Amino acid sequence: MSWGETLATGWHAIRAHSMRSLLTVLGILIGIAAVILTVGLGLGTQKDVSAQISSLGSNLLIVSPGSTTSSAGVRGGFGSSTTLTTSDAAALTSKTAAPDVEAVAAQKSSSESLVNGDTNWTTTVVGTSASWLDVRSRTVAQGRFLTAADETDRADDIVLGSETATELFGSPRAVGRTLTINDVTFTVVGVLEPAGSSSSDDLDDTAVVPMSTMQNTIVGGTSRTAVSTIYVKAVGTDEISAAYQETQQLLLNLHGITDADDADFTVSSQDALVSTATSVYRTLTVLLTGIAALSLLVGGIGVMNIMLVSVTERTREIGLRKALGAPPVAIRRQFLTEASVLGLGGGLVGAALGIAAAKLLPGVLDSSIVVSPTAVVGSIVIAVGIGLVFGVYPAVRAARLAPIDALRSE
Amino acid sequence: MTATLAGPATWTASATPPVIDLRGGRKTYTTGSITFEALRGVDVRIDRGEYVAIMGPSGSGKSTLMNVLGCLDVLTAGTYRLAGHDVGDLDEVELAQMRNEEIGFVFQQFHLLPSLAAWRNVELPLMYRGVARTERRELAAAALERVGLGDRLDNRPGELSGGQQQRVAVARALVGEPALILADEPTGNLDTASTEDVLALFDELHAAGRTIVLITHEPEVAERARRVVRVRDGLIQGDGPASALHDDRGYLHHDGALATGVTRIDGVRPDDRAIRSDDTREIR
Repeated sequence: MSWGETLATGWHAIRAHSMRSLLTVLGILIGIAAVILTVGLGLGTQKDVSAQISSLGSNLLIVSPGSTTSSAGVRGGFGSSTTLTTSDAAALTSKTAAPDVEAVAAQKSSSESLVNGDTNWTTTVVGTSASWLDVRSRTVAQGRFLTAADETDRADDIVLGSETATELFGSPRAVGRTLTINDVTFTVVGVLEPAGSSSSDDLDDTAVVPMSTMQNTIVGGTSRTAVSTIYVKAVGTDEISAAYQETQQLLLNLHGITDADDADFTVSSQDALVSTATSVYRTLTVLLTGIAALSLLVGGIGVMNIMLVSVTERTREIGLRKALGAPPVAIRRQFLTEASVLGLGGGLVGAALGIAAAKLLPGVLDSSIVVSPTAVVGSIVIAVGIGLVFGVYPAVRAARLAPIDALRSE
Repeated sequence: MTATLAGPATWTASATPPVIDLRGGRKTYTTGSITFEALRGVDVRIDRGEYVAIMGPSGSGKSTLMNVLGCLDVLTAGTYRLAGHDVGDLDEVELAQMRNEEIGFVFQQFHLLPSLAAWRNVELPLMYRGVARTERRELAAAALERVGLGDRLDNRPGELSGGQQQRVAVARALVGEPALILADEPTGNLDTASTEDVLALFDELHAAGRTIVLITHEPEVAERARRVVRVRDGLIQGDGPASALHDDRGYLHHDGALATGVTRIDGVRPDDRAIRSDDTREIR
């Protein structure tokens, strides 16, 4: 008896008990759909997080004032002290001291109120240099970005995020318009391309002015040279760790600190952020997938149950087939095929359901689900495997039936 | 119909081996400490083209004999050769192959698979023999045609009468061209008309040269065979022509043993004579 015929016979037997087969398939189907969804959700979240982090800019190192270590030195808390200055940023641009650093952008941020006539909008105003655009991987949608001339002239030019522009002027097309900050009038010279929101802040709700203007016109005071963050862009992905070393060493020297543990600043890389976030979500995914896999196991037990019922119910059929010359292997194969066809059916329908849910759910859940082909193919294979594994015992029992006893059973 | 058709004119004792050659057949069942001898030394020889009824009351061992003859069970002691093959040494797989190739079963309960169309039921033995699908369908259709159901190929058993179902079962027994058709109470579940129907079919098959062994407890059925083997208490109690079932006044004996060396009243066929002269009829 060929495999094709065995398959046809199995399919026929399944169809003969369609209701029961459907319920069995349902058990597997739910498990498979759950596995595909949870894996997809995990991957989707990972992707979202990575995308958010890399939206900060590629090959990026972030230098923040203060230290997370608890040793002696300048204490002020991570990110809140004023130990980093514009001169630190200027030193990092040196090609001799830091050959693996491609560009540096110091950033000084402050929350300010932007006014256009009657419209008032509070946002984060960032003072920085022309290199910021490249370092933060942003692009200008309209107009231009700040220039070196703006910096030297302390120009009252401002570049707006798309959302800020819309809030103030009703549309992102705001080049040439004016607004005031602390009664100083600024001219909008450019609007940034939307970049979405990162985990910490809204990248589209921002306003960028020259660092010199920020220091003198907007903030002023004694801490005017202090910056909140220095972004360092490495030459390439492979040079990130070299750039990290150079940045760390140069700043330690500038600050006169010998022991790296006493540093009054912190250099962090995106890679570290990504890997931390990724590992957290991976753990979560493994946990969820484990739970989904349990439901697959339950589905498998359902298959075994149904196959055992089937063997008992079809004892006479088995007896007849054996009397007509079916060798034990043919009987075993027939029941194994039936069990794996049930598994395959559950796998295919479950995968279809999982993929459909993955397409529909993101609209409801507001988190993306990535359907991984590996997970889909893998879970279908697992579903067939479950049918096979849980079909073995019933199949062996069927094959062992003595034909006379089987024929006599009522 | 069969290539090995053995008509009375061409038949010789040495040309082909007997279909059934059972010698000293013993079968013992052990349940816990109790042993039960279902067959206590049975010799049966049935030649090609014979139509034999095996009779006996329930508990006589005739079912055990039928299981042994059908290769569904193996002897505890003795030898059984089916169409020249020694069945004693065969394992489960070889027994299955033997059943598939040499035996066509007809059961009391028909044992048709209810979800399969008639021709699909009939093709089953060929499927386990590895015959190609198109050829199977042709052979199954021919077999159904042979039993007069050529127009019922696609009907399921539920759509057929009892007699028709049993004829489907006969077609299934015929389709593989087995050496032996083994019918176990084939009319036990049929009304009078259908019984006649099926028995007439057996008559035809016999006339065409088929070897038929029919197990029954009904003398009316047994008398249709040419030869009757009576089993009682695990032994062959009588073996003779079916005509011996009648007494001198033409009445059927409903029980009681056949006498040995019964005088034939009529209808002695040359093959019957040949068997007798061959002295294969064992009476113990």
